[in-house]
Amino acid sequence: MNQALAQRLSDDLLRPMLHTSWRFYALVACLGAIVAMGIGTWFYQMYMGFGMTGINMPIYWAFYITNFVFWIGISHAGTLISAILRLVNAGWRRPVTRCAEVITVFALMIGAMFPIIHLGRPWLFFWLMPYPSNRMIWPNFRSPLVWDFFAISTYLTGSVLFLLLPMIPDFALVRDKTTGWRRRIYGKLALGWQGTTKQWHRLESAMQIMAIAIIPVAVSVHTIVSFDFSMAPVPMWHSTMFGPYFVAGAIFSGIAALIIAMAALRKFLHMEEYLHPIHFQNLGKLLLMMCLLWAYFIFAERLTTWYGNEQSEMEVFRVTQRGSFAPLYWTMIVCNFVVPFVLLSLKKLRTVAGCVTASFSVLVGMWLERFLIVVPSLSHKYLPYTWGHYRPRPVEIMITVSTFAAMTLLYTLFAKLVPIISVWELKVGEHPFPQESPADVRQHPLWKAHP
Amino acid sequence: MPHRWGMAVDLDRCTGCGACVTACHAENNIPTVGPDQAARGRAMHWIRVERYWEGEFPDAHLKFRPVMCQQCDAAPCEPVCPTYASHHTEEGLNAQVYNRCIGTRYCANACPYNVRFFDFFNPQWPKPLHLQLNPDVSVREVGVMEKCTFCVQRINAVEIDAKAAKRELEDGDVKPACVQSCSAKALVFGDLNDPESVVSRLSRSPRGAKLLDDLGTLPKVTYLSKQTQA
Repeated sequence: MNQALAQRLSDDLLRPMLHTSWRFYALVACLGAIVAMGIGTWFYQMYMGFGMTGINMPIYWAFYITNFVFWIGISHAGTLISAILRLVNAGWRRPVTRCAEVITVFALMIGAMFPIIHLGRPWLFFWLMPYPSNRMIWPNFRSPLVWDFFAISTYLTGSVLFLLLPMIPDFALVRDKTTGWRRRIYGKLALGWQGTTKQWHRLESAMQIMAIAIIPVAVSVHTIVSFDFSMAPVPMWHSTMFGPYFVAGAIFSGIAALIIAMAALRKFLHMEEYLHPIHFQNLGKLLLMMCLLWAYFIFAERLTTWYGNEQSEMEVFRVTQRGSFAPLYWTMIVCNFVVPFVLLSLKKLRTVAGCVTASFSVLVGMWLERFLIVVPSLSHKYLPYTWGHYRPRPVEIMITVSTFAAMTLLYTLFAKLVPIISVWELKVGEHPFPQESPADVRQHPLWKAHP
Repeated sequence: MPHRWGMAVDLDRCTGCGACVTACHAENNIPTVGPDQAARGRAMHWIRVERYWEGEFPDAHLKFRPVMCQQCDAAPCEPVCPTYASHHTEEGLNAQVYNRCIGTRYCANACPYNVRFFDFFNPQWPKPLHLQLNPDVSVREVGVMEKCTFCVQRINAVEIDAKAAKRELEDGDVKPACVQSCSAKALVFGDLNDPESVVSRLSRSPRGAKLLDDLGTLPKVTYLSKQTQA
């Protein structure tokens, strides 16, 4: 490849790491303050008692579990999408993979916090782990919550590896391009990378293995999250389709999060040359496909429930379609289906702005979807005498808001510390035989983006 | 042969007086949460008297149904607990080990009867009720689940006494607080493994039915259906 272009790629993509404006510090301070408030709120909740939340009998799970399912869902953005795109060797994936994979890692870390935050005695959360202790009992391996523990820790380990592996050559690049403390730290992180043929070969095979391994893990994670619900004899939870339904919803919300993150990078880090409208077009098509799949699932779920006319399920059905949850339900339908379907199916509207609007809409809709799975079923279980209602309290709202700030903060810091677009993959992407490269890449070659 | 404790509830006899609820609170150190928390759905009654109205005023009829933990043989609350806080004893009781509970509240969601309660705060009793706590029953701290135990402390005390006196338990030796206080004798408690015990005979009654039987939870509480209009 062209030497000047390689130089330009390195310069452009390392620029956000080496030059920092006051806006960065302002943003980090602002987000950090919100996160600190969230953590403070959690300690306040522990100190005062769990009753500071809006949880009550019989709605024992609400905002926190909604957030848990939502964030674990978001985590399917990255690893799964980037793994699939790698395996099918989609050339346009190259600038997208890392910003997707890092969403996975951070969303998982945030999501995995919620089962702990929601505990009555969170300081004893480690009792979920199997370890030899003086209590002489193992965790209950029949409990889906223990499956959760294993699923999430496996997925987190896998996606951290999947994120770190392709970062090694870029760490080496930073090491070679910088001096001082950066050179020392990134030199350590690069693990002695010299770019020999043997090293490249090993890296490629390791990534191939991880890409194949991470897909079943990702699918199993959200299936197991769905088992938290479908294993309990609760109306509308006890469903055989929850596994695929949750996985589809997870990928749906994950793509939406990825599109928003890419748009933010494009705007704030001036990556317009690297994150083309074609990337948004392609991800928009994926989002549209998942939108249709999600609509198919909810249609199948609702129709079979209505047709089956089982008494207790019909109460939950009624309260979501027409009762007190109806405003949220129909907002969800608009956000998850109507808005993205219109914006993404018309080519004229499938612009960067259109994709981002659809993505925000999907995030709101998918959060509501998780909420509407958790709460209406619990509030309308079998005995009408015990039906209840739920309203979130400030503690829950503050902690929920702070997780969105935490995600943004972690992402901002990551983009500052690591090249958020994989430099070496882009360089490899300059195909030696252009006629063999995928059509998308041919239409938008990198050198054309540089006037 | 181990005992298999069960209960029969005669809905024809229940007057809805609520004595069982009060007795249960006193026996099991169940905190009263006050009107504000009760309005938020934090009231804890290990046994409650459900009221259902039938018909339109003035021809309305009131039905009572005392509901406590059904001590299911196939209890949905047990497999979901990650720490074995909710587990099955040899005598078939659904025990709740407070010290093991970390408060996932999964058991309460899985319970179709909504008879499991969560301690949202550390318990408090208005004075002088704090002086009347039952020393045989542990007080639960914030963040754990609790529920009807069939007054396991009474069962154990009677079993230990009987063992010391080298005698067999007789029907009616064990009386949970709710049964003891039921002036209408609507609640009957005993050993289901003894075919001649009153509770066994009542459980075989053609009037008998299990609550939410179709869920397959195999409860050990039998409800005898209401035959008269009151």
